[in-house]
Amino acid sequence: MSLRMAVPPGSREALPEEADVLIIGGGIMGLATAYHAALLGQRNIVVIDKSYLCSGASGRNGGGVRMQWSSADAVDLMRASVEQCKSFAAEMGVNVWFRQGGYLFLVKNEALIPTLEKNVHTQNECGAPTKLISPSEAAELVPGLSVEGVHVASYNPEDGVLFPWPFIWGYAHRALELGVRIFTFVDVERFTLANRRISHVHTSRGTMRVGHVINATGAWSPKVSALAGLRLPNQPYRHEILTTEPLKPFLNPMVTILGEGIYFSQSMRGEIVGGMGDPAELPGENSSSSLDFIRRFARTATSLLPQLGNVQIVRQWAGLYDVSPDGRPILGEAEAVPNMTLLAGFTGHGFMMAPIIGKLAAERLVLGTKVSYFDKNGPDRFLDGIPENTESMIIG
Amino acid sequence: MKVVVCRCEDVLESDLLSAISGGNEDIESLKRYTGFGTGVCQGKSCLVHVASILERTARKHPEDLAPFTPRPPVAPIPMRLLAAEDEDTVLHLCAKAPEGPPR
Repeated sequence: MSLRMAVPPGSREALPEEADVLIIGGGIMGLATAYHAALLGQRNIVVIDKSYLCSGASGRNGGGVRMQWSSADAVDLMRASVEQCKSFAAEMGVNVWFRQGGYLFLVKNEALIPTLEKNVHTQNECGAPTKLISPSEAAELVPGLSVEGVHVASYNPEDGVLFPWPFIWGYAHRALELGVRIFTFVDVERFTLANRRISHVHTSRGTMRVGHVINATGAWSPKVSALAGLRLPNQPYRHEILTTEPLKPFLNPMVTILGEGIYFSQSMRGEIVGGMGDPAELPGENSSSSLDFIRRFARTATSLLPQLGNVQIVRQWAGLYDVSPDGRPILGEAEAVPNMTLLAGFTGHGFMMAPIIGKLAAERLVLGTKVSYFDKNGPDRFLDGIPENTESMIIG
Repeated sequence: MKVVVCRCEDVLESDLLSAISGGNEDIESLKRYTGFGTGVCQGKSCLVHVASILERTARKHPEDLAPFTPRPPVAPIPMRLLAAEDEDTVLHLCAKAPEGPPR
């Protein structure tokens, strides 16, 4: 792969003394917001990241983009996000290896059959072309797939996969062209608050006076929120993932088993990229790789698709999910800190949601647009306890 | 003249020079920006060349250039070996090479 763009970030300049909008976190969420806000005419936007771009979950995820969800608002949003992905390469001038091969959800646990049926119904009502299919139809979609123990499946041909890294560079590059300033390797140390508002952000490279702050720091967002005195219940959890040698195209959809945490797909680069959640994983910032993970993955994946047995794993790594206790993101401002917008708690689905969330966040910020998805998922919902988790289509 | 630095992922010296001139002066950023080192060799044949290009063009001292985080496995491993329950099965599997998907 090679990207041919003029000016990548990594600026070594001194930080400016003032930012009208300071976006903390140079992942896809922060950069998409920066790009769209600049496009709408917002001036003096600064993005800072504590490491290199793609260092966090934005550079570590499996690149899946899907509209198969259980709640109608998530389906609507993800339909819009898929539309953004389709035009991204042309708009940004960068190849993101986007391929719509669909997502295949298999159900092996009988108790989840009605869940899948209900979710497909919801998706169809929203206009997503998901189909409930039989195990034999699933086997036709993936030649060689073992459907033993599969009761039913769902398939949406418009879901897809992309390569996350160039997506980041696409947003970063266009944002830079629009005058956004991006600084990497900057640590946020503390905030100065005045009348509940963040007035200054103190970093490892100096202090900035700020008008508005956006907390787009993914798994680190509870820590950044806490700097403003805001305690939120989202927590980081390690998720492991791997990739194989490149193969000729043979696997069209992303394959996943509902409720079992495994997923794998073939990227446009030819590799099989797959992960598998571990229900025993404890919260924390551990992002080491384990032998246990590749063995569990290999056992499950080869029992599902035996021809993978001869495929070689070349690399494994881990990233952090920013897990929200009710499975829904944490968006907008808390009453306690009205000039800090949270774009957090995406529970492993931030990358695929960022193209649309970044656009909506920018419209709210610059135009004052009311966005019901933000209003429904505000940080103050946790003040009266933790709402029940109602999202059943969470993978990993 | 085209100089290929990363043969797994077709990354050219000119791709790396353009990335460096834009401020990507560390190896992790260069990997993310150009994709070098992400193929079958996992950097074993290209990392040293990238380091020497950085040393030459960004005037970095070799001791200041950390390699990218090494990731397991050390060498590619077929999934059937990892899926095996015990050592005997692994040895048995190593003796024969079943059909896989097209390469």
